[in-house]
Amino acid sequence: MACIEARGLRKAFGKTIALDGMNLRVEEGRILGLIGPNGAGKTTALNAILGLTPYQGELRVLGRDPWAERDQLMRDVCFIADVAVLPRWMRVSQALDYVAGVHPRFNRAKAEGLLAKTTIRHTSKVRQLSKGMVAQLHLALVMAIDARLLVLDEPTLGLDILFRKQFYDSLLNDYFDRSRTIVVTTHQVEELQHILTDLIFMDRGRIVLSCSMEEFESRYVEVTVNPDQVAAARALKPMYERQVFGRSILLFDVKTDRGINPNIDRPQLAAIGEVRTPSIADLFVAVVGNQPGMAQGAAQ
Amino acid sequence: MNTQSNTMTGPSIQSQGTPGAVSATRAMYWSIRRELWENRSIYLAPLVAAALFLFGFAISMLSMRHRITASPLDSSQQPDLLATRYELSAALIMGTALIVGIFYSLDALYGERRDRSILFWKSLPVSDLTAVLSKLTIPLVILPLLSFAISLATQFIMLLLSSAILLGSGVSIAALWTQVSFFHVSFVLLYHLLTVHGLWYAPLYGWLLLVSAWAPRAPFIWAVLPPFVICGVEKIAFNTSYFLALLQERLVGTGDAMAPHSAPNDFMATLIPELHFFSTPGLWIGLALAAAFLAAAVRLRRYQGPI
Repeated sequence: MACIEARGLRKAFGKTIALDGMNLRVEEGRILGLIGPNGAGKTTALNAILGLTPYQGELRVLGRDPWAERDQLMRDVCFIADVAVLPRWMRVSQALDYVAGVHPRFNRAKAEGLLAKTTIRHTSKVRQLSKGMVAQLHLALVMAIDARLLVLDEPTLGLDILFRKQFYDSLLNDYFDRSRTIVVTTHQVEELQHILTDLIFMDRGRIVLSCSMEEFESRYVEVTVNPDQVAAARALKPMYERQVFGRSILLFDVKTDRGINPNIDRPQLAAIGEVRTPSIADLFVAVVGNQPGMAQGAAQ
Repeated sequence: MNTQSNTMTGPSIQSQGTPGAVSATRAMYWSIRRELWENRSIYLAPLVAAALFLFGFAISMLSMRHRITASPLDSSQQPDLLATRYELSAALIMGTALIVGIFYSLDALYGERRDRSILFWKSLPVSDLTAVLSKLTIPLVILPLLSFAISLATQFIMLLLSSAILLGSGVSIAALWTQVSFFHVSFVLLYHLLTVHGLWYAPLYGWLLLVSAWAPRAPFIWAVLPPFVICGVEKIAFNTSYFLALLQERLVGTGDAMAPHSAPNDFMATLIPELHFFSTPGLWIGLALAAAFLAAAVRLRRYQGPI
């Protein structure tokens, strides 16, 4: 059974179309990164998945209709909707008591174990904690819940690099066990690259790219070319080109069966410059930033 | 790290067979507890009111002691004196609880949207119905019971204080304990709190919660403005004031008790709604209205996100 299955998912706010017929299938045990510019519909998609907003089209999460069966679904689904949604008046001990009281799958000992690794004291109120500590507390609460799907919407927004790294390390080491599914959206894609198993780019309510990370690594190639080789490289029709310190960096889609450039392969590219796997951010700019109406990035 | 995560996932596999569910009462219990954590004024405000009253009472008793020793009271006057003050203390505590209840209800579903914590509450398996019901329970059940308990304690302390002071002045205090039927007063108070505050005021709190669930900002204005406008329009269009009369009946109809200036003997009588209270259509229409407001508030909470 797929963890999330959506067909023709639509949602409009007045005349603004937030989701424009989105098709999505996420298997269990995956870590999916949902990447898109502001207003791409990521949060709307997540809200639909979490039963926070009604929608048109077909959507099943863990086999349930999230809007109609939200109360049952929430026993198996956990989410961090945003940083800093923990109530500021609450004490850490009260948060533990409350979640233990209302959630049948909360493992209090595990939450306390996770908190013991931080500097958060049980007597502190949320308002006394730093932004990073609030995120740590929220993550500790959520990770101690034995959920089948965890949804994270910009969980590390505004955190410094140390907290962000620690956040994802903790998620991988102490939580992910290949049977749970994690869906995460973020603008800070760098830290995610080695965590994700699947990648989706969204733009204007649609999915513009969907692939597994294995596919990502085999399919997209970034080549750094010296000026004398640029013409040869451009002849191979790169998806995207940018300039860094006088050298050109070209991004190619080398997928042979259904790629846009069936004739190029890695050895050919290696002959004209340094070859490496692009970062998600660079591919994102190439795919989403290249579309009409968007700012044209650094493309020349 | 690996061994730890392995032991952690052990029970998870077992628990997947049995779909976990927290009983509705348990979810309700924790939801109410969390309301009390968040809004400590629910019990602090009536306690402070009681403490202030006792302070004032102690001073008045001390000053009275001098007068009593100067010109001894007729022993039949003692109970009246104390009874009036019992009522005053109850009125003060109930009035405080009423104000707390009104402001609590106005903020209950608005505050969680404003500070975005609604996203945290909604991430837990607590239904919107449970959440809204727990918030309605505060003004309809918790506050009346709390004001009853605090009033009872206050009156008992008053009885002890006055006994101690009168004892020192050499006046017989027997009448204090026999003629003021302590338990009768308490029973009347409890009955009043449960019927008037718990049932008669239910549509008012339902309305406040509804506004709180809906208002984009300034819930107080939105709660007060519509009734005000309806009264005005009715007056201009039909030159009648049925709606105003309806509101007055709801607010003070059975609750003349709030007025501390009423005569001591009448006071207890006004506290108890007439015997046919439970057969008045007003009560049942009010309760139906409260249920409708509540259903609308639950539905709104379902659709509304943070603001």
